Amino acid sequence: MTHATLPDISPAPDKRSWWRRNQIGLSPWLFLAPGMLFFAFYVIFPIFQSFQISLLDWDGLGEPEFIGLQNYQELYYDDAFYTSLWNNMLWLVLYLAAIPAGLFIALFLNQTVTGIRLYKSLFFFPFVISQVVVGLVFTWFYDPTFGLLNVMLGWVGLGPINVLGDERFVTVGIILAGIWPQTAYCMILYLTGLNGVNPEQIEAGRLDNAKGWKMLWYIIIPQLKPATFIAFVVTIIGALRSFDLISIMTNGGPFGSSRVLSFYMFEVALSEYGFRMGYGAAIAVVLFLIMLCFIVYFLWSMYQEDKR
Amino acid sequence: MRSNLKATVATLGLTMAMATGAFADAHAAKLSGDLVIFSDMGNPAPRAVMEGMVERFGEMHPDLNIELTVIDREAYKTQIRNFLTANTPDVANWYAANRMLPYVNAGLFEDISDLWEGTLSEELASTKGAMTLDGKQYGVPYTYYQWGVYYRKDIYDELGLSEPKTWDEFKANCQAILDSGKKCFTIGTKFLWTAGGWFDYLNMRTNGYDFHAALTNGEVEWTDQRVKDTFANWRELLDMGAFIDNHTAYSWQEALPFMTGGDAAAYLMGNFAVAPLREAGLTDDQLDFYQFPMINEDVELAEDAPTDTFHIPTGAKNKENAREFLRFVVSADNQTLINNGDNLGQLPVNSKSSVDDDKFLEQGFQMLSTNSPGGVAQFFDRDAPAEMAKVAMEGFQEFMVKPDNLDKILDRLERARARIY
Repeated sequence: MTHATLPDISPAPDKRSWWRRNQIGLSPWLFLAPGMLFFAFYVIFPIFQSFQISLLDWDGLGEPEFIGLQNYQELYYDDAFYTSLWNNMLWLVLYLAAIPAGLFIALFLNQTVTGIRLYKSLFFFPFVISQVVVGLVFTWFYDPTFGLLNVMLGWVGLGPINVLGDERFVTVGIILAGIWPQTAYCMILYLTGLNGVNPEQIEAGRLDNAKGWKMLWYIIIPQLKPATFIAFVVTIIGALRSFDLISIMTNGGPFGSSRVLSFYMFEVALSEYGFRMGYGAAIAVVLFLIMLCFIVYFLWSMYQEDKR
Repeated sequence: MRSNLKATVATLGLTMAMATGAFADAHAAKLSGDLVIFSDMGNPAPRAVMEGMVERFGEMHPDLNIELTVIDREAYKTQIRNFLTANTPDVANWYAANRMLPYVNAGLFEDISDLWEGTLSEELASTKGAMTLDGKQYGVPYTYYQWGVYYRKDIYDELGLSEPKTWDEFKANCQAILDSGKKCFTIGTKFLWTAGGWFDYLNMRTNGYDFHAALTNGEVEWTDQRVKDTFANWRELLDMGAFIDNHTAYSWQEALPFMTGGDAAAYLMGNFAVAPLREAGLTDDQLDFYQFPMINEDVELAEDAPTDTFHIPTGAKNKENAREFLRFVVSADNQTLINNGDNLGQLPVNSKSSVDDDKFLEQGFQMLSTNSPGGVAQFFDRDAPAEMAKVAMEGFQEFMVKPDNLDKILDRLERARARIY
């Protein structure tokens, strides 16, 4: 009675516990879980909640009433909304000036002179101080009666102009105040980028007789592409977040001409005279949709980077 | 800007009472337990007043544990929504008239009509209307102050001008001041409400108090001819160049230097402007006050006198203690004390209190008690609902810069009126 004893090829029953078996697969998710929970609760959930509130007529205290898309319909006929929207566009476009400005200051500071660290810190200084302080400083600078700007304009026989009290200049005036710290931010991004520029390529460019603008355009800037991308992202986000400067410098005025969407939303829903949560939420939704365009673009371009 | 002031006296008294075992002789009127107060009296002088009141109330009721939280006045305006719905105090500051409406409608302020029954209604008769919504009272006042024209007496004397009684004198004075190279009025409209003060006075002098009430209640169209008359009067001043330039860039405090520096001769303001003007170096010989002059002789004079208040939130836990505190606040003695020149420097709400010996308080009290037959209004942004006030005051500011836009502005206000009421 001999049985050909074949080796038992079926795998030995895994005696390890369920946890030990799946540990490797699960642990990344466990580590991610707290972050994902908070993100879901504090970011994703409020987005949907905003959509929901934007369909209500609610003063934030009493009983909400469902009114469908009426808030959006009212937005469509609201002049103040278009002023805010237009100002948001102005912010988005003009704020981008911080990127080239930051680049040129970075190029200027990218040299070895005694005390260059001190100069760099001084140029970076406006980004370190609070936006509220920046706003106050510029408010005094623009002051139509006592401000330095009008004193300076007086030297060349111009002015006086009331920058923050005139609806034609006010938004540009605030954006200029915002560009000051933002330029410093872009500058620091480009300074670190310039450290990573390959000296051999510059050397090779020199041999090919590249100088000045051509050197900058064809050799340096392409190598700074990652820095430019980050500078672009933070500047766009900064422009869409513009709120504190407006609140400090003009409080949205004169007669509402310097409002942006985020400030208008605050005004109608949360400020001293604002009790319209639904209308505020509708503005927030519009702002979110505008941001979404940029977010999708940023994500898409990062995804493209990763694929290469 | 938060601080907690526990009445240490209270705890001390409590321990002593425990130690001697004298539970039995607890006086009937003595309160015990807790009292939580949220206050917006954050500026230095009002803050001292609030802390003083808590201390004195604590001495009267040693067994009571009082907790006071003082919040910055501007921040308070947005925080009140949160703390009325959650973590509710027993007593909270706010403002009279329509400014309480959203909280009364939402059922967040307690109906305290019972407190007003009897003597209190007589003593506080002058402000009872401002605390009443739908026939019920929702709080008590603790101070109010007059509005009017504060002017540089030295400039008027130099130009040989006297306090105007009529609109024509008012304008003639202004022309003389303008001819001397100064501006008639300083104003800072950055935060809008200052323009609301001008509108209130021009409107109440042109159309009277009842029209003011009807307009802020949404019963009159903004495109009404009477509203246009008000603006036409305002326009006369604008066309003269009566106001300082660039007022859109300034807050009311930032507009003060024009007056102290002598570039502008007068300021239409509330009595709270006196303190900073005195601090800036103006003596009582240089600074004086007059009632806004009559425009239309057919309407009775009426004044703005905003009232600041205390309320009991519906969610309060110690309502009996809170009621007792409100009684203490409005009592004649306390009113005399907290409104005197060393403290708030405003007018007491209790008719049995005495007004402090101060030039401006006496004139203001005189004006409100004898020369305001038309009525006493709160203020544009307290009589009109919040949203309407905001839109309208923005319109006033625009009108002051671009008077030609008036029709567009009024159309906008009329659309807002149709939506809001």
